Amino acid sequence: MNDSTPERHGDIAPGDELRPADVPAAVRGYLVGFALATLLTCVSFYIARSTIVWQPSIPIALSVLALAQMGIHLVFFLHITSGPDSVNNVMALAFGLLIVILLVFGSLWIMLHLDHNLMPMERLMQMQR
Amino acid sequence: MSAGIDAYPGGVAGGGLAPGGGLAAALTEEPAHGASKRIVVAYGFWIFLISDIILFSALFATYAVLTDATDGGPSGRDLFELPTVAIETACLLLSTVFCGLAGIGAQVRRNAMYYGSMAATFVLGATFVAIELHEFKTMIDAGAGPGRSGFLSAFFALIGCHGLHVTAGLLWLLTMVAQVYAKGYRDDIRRRLLCFALFWHTLDIIWVALFSLVYLVGVAPR
Repeated sequence: MNDSTPERHGDIAPGDELRPADVPAAVRGYLVGFALATLLTCVSFYIARSTIVWQPSIPIALSVLALAQMGIHLVFFLHITSGPDSVNNVMALAFGLLIVILLVFGSLWIMLHLDHNLMPMERLMQMQR
Repeated sequence: MSAGIDAYPGGVAGGGLAPGGGLAAALTEEPAHGASKRIVVAYGFWIFLISDIILFSALFATYAVLTDATDGGPSGRDLFELPTVAIETACLLLSTVFCGLAGIGAQVRRNAMYYGSMAATFVLGATFVAIELHEFKTMIDAGAGPGRSGFLSAFFALIGCHGLHVTAGLLWLLTMVAQVYAKGYRDDIRRRLLCFALFWHTLDIIWVALFSLVYLVGVAPR
């Protein structure tokens, strides 16, 4: 349809048509994404077992690396970018992320406090005997 | 989509129509609505994928709450084997790249690129599922099945749900190969293929969260 406009340039939203001349650039995009994702994966696996990092910081480091890699996947593989045709996709993703954050952090917050305020299981078992 | 039209700065340019170029022109020229059918289909499927991500986040929250509920049984540190997880990760990452190449092949109608990449995607995805099933079997044989503790119930639910998604994706992949073989690179077939590619890429994104926050955090020293 209007994807054939010659002045179209820059980011490709998911669903944009591809012209044969664009194939090398498109393949290169996937390879760059693959290289970056591999790099982040290797760093994650290395850090998980390493002793050179301050150990309590490891889960946070792994979370940050995972977030970065998800960003790489979104941009290079799913083509969720800042291009004009991607605005709706980005808005939907932002709303989805809000729900995900509420769900995960809300559950953890409530359940860990519940755990904190309840009697330890051993005490409870002793009282029932 | 009507609410989204205003959000397209240059989206109506294809019809030769300036943004806000008048109702009459908008009614006579259908493509003036900016987004092609491919973009609308991809948007709709993206909404479904986000709902799928929310499903996984609920399972993930359950797992996070129950990580320490091992009931005196084995914990992640005793069960997870990082070399296996590394191979699984490599399989899924490579298969997602091949899936993207298959999408390019279909768009420019190159048979060798399409069928070759789809075959590679299938083999790597099937390897992933086989390794995961083997991992589950080893754990269950060692007495660490989903009934052992709250931690293991949540683990099997979360990882198993991802494995089921990958298995369903493999069936969808075979369907898409058959459809292209039987019907050629028609526009509607290529739209289905686009949805499949989005699905497969999303499964890899979910796996990134799983291998980082379930397996690697599970074995990390505390």
